[in-house]
Amino acid sequence: MNLTLKIWRQPSPDDPGKMVKYHVKDVSPDMSFLEMLDVLNEGLILAGDDPVAFDHDCREGICGMCGMVINGVPHGEQKATTTCQLHMRHFEDGAVVTIEPWRAAPFPVIKDLVVDRSSFDRIIQAGGFVSVPAGAAPDAHAVPVPKDDADDAFDAATCIGCGACVAACPNGSASLFTAAKITHLGSLPQGQPERASRAKAMVERMDLEGFGGCTNTGECTAVCPKGISLDAIARMNADFLRASR
Amino acid sequence: MTAIIERGAATAPVAQSEPPRRRPGFFGSSNGQKAVMAVTGAVLVLFLAGHMVGNLKTFAGAEAFNGYAAWLREVGYPLLPKRGLLTLVEVVLLAAIVLHIWSAVALARRARAARPVKYAARRKSQAGGYVVHVMRWGGLTVALFVAYHLLDLTFGVANPAGGAASPYQRMVEGFAPGRWYVTVFYAVAVVMVGLHLRHGLWSAFQTLGLARGRRGLQGAAGLLSAVLVLGFLSVPFAIMIGAVK
Ligand code: HEM
Ligand code: FES
Repeated sequence: MNLTLKIWRQPSPDDPGKMVKYHVKDVSPDMSFLEMLDVLNEGLILAGDDPVAFDHDCREGICGMCGMVINGVPHGEQKATTTCQLHMRHFEDGAVVTIEPWRAAPFPVIKDLVVDRSSFDRIIQAGGFVSVPAGAAPDAHAVPVPKDDADDAFDAATCIGCGACVAACPNGSASLFTAAKITHLGSLPQGQPERASRAKAMVERMDLEGFGGCTNTGECTAVCPKGISLDAIARMNADFLRASR
Repeated sequence: MTAIIERGAATAPVAQSEPPRRRPGFFGSSNGQKAVMAVTGAVLVLFLAGHMVGNLKTFAGAEAFNGYAAWLREVGYPLLPKRGLLTLVEVVLLAAIVLHIWSAVALARRARAARPVKYAARRKSQAGGYVVHVMRWGGLTVALFVAYHLLDLTFGVANPAGGAASPYQRMVEGFAPGRWYVTVFYAVAVVMVGLHLRHGLWSAFQTLGLARGRRGLQGAAGLLSAVLVLGFLSVPFAIMIGAVK
């Protein structure tokens, strides 16, 4: 199949960027979206042009590195799918595809489609941890965890921190990411001592980084490759309010 | 002999968080502002429910309706001064509206700052809720309507019967068949309120952390909004078609 791509090109953080049009030929429907970009880049390199920079690592949907806004939707319209797991068979031959980086003030563009997500790391630093005495690994059944709590924690822990939630949110809010971490740790007995201070510190950090506030639009959960639910945000809100009393 | 390969750090260094210069406090945080929106919204909804039920008194005739209006001014007398409770309710409502709009503006400003560069592709809503995307303009429409509504039926300035007429007379003449355009305007505004609440009612529970795991809440919010809209519309339409004179 042949495609027309409109891709955001920006040489460096401080240079202005623009949408540039490319044509890719002979794309196999079995290729992933990133493999299709690899084909484009090989062509660009052969022609002596600068290849399109994009983030990726595992290419199996578990690391959270990849991510681009495809036709206006983070990771593309396919539900519960990272860009690396999105296959070209979901596109029509001859289609025009726009590809843009995550757009948010706390995610400045480094180059082309690569954005700096260290604001997420700083949210984690603010409280996304449990302070436990680090010794030998305890027995798995030393601290009993009720099944429902374990399920909640596990569901939230599947967040790979890709940032699609921020990219999709009309408010540019990082609430789904932050809430996933708060739910992950706050659902477990080990996370209880710091539950209130964690929510408060992480929300404070989120605001400070310049993310917007949540207005419960649900756009985040709709594009989340891991399907993190809005219930996580309800829990973050509850923990935050309890901490503020 | 073991070869040691120097590979450097596995991840790039993360810039350390600088501590917040000034703690933003509850009302300065996005979650705090949301909570203000939810609580003030809930106050307004309670008022709307009472107001709607009161309006239905119109169907019981002029005497019942005027009696109800007079009673509103006397509740609690002689324990409270005349109009005491009514004035209290008015003050609370005014405060709620001011705070509600304040938090709406604060969150909208946050959202604008969080996405300085817009997407080139038109973003399709993935959550499928057009209602959530009309909250701000819808709210503004409602605010304009409330201003007109007060001038019309409370102060009687914009009412053909004038401020001196009885409440029932003001109601019937305001929505008289010849003034169908007033009824249409009123209907549009009430439907806007309904749409606002279809999202807002559920949203308030979510914001206060009470929506977790309650799947039926969205439906309940829709149902209550529909009841409010129908209740509010029944009176002016009955007057417009001449069923109530
Ligand atoms: C009859 C008057 C009104 C009622 C009963 C009402 C009620 C509500 C409720 C219950 C919420 C949900 C709170 C939450 O998100 O947690 C809400 C949200 C909101 N309201 Fe109102 N409101 C009214 C008027 C207004 C006005 C006059 C404006 C603005 C100019 C406004 C703007 C908003 C906005 C922007 C939201 C946030 C939307 C969102 O959560 O996505 N509202 N309102
Ligand atoms: S590259 Fe690892 S999730 Fe896509």
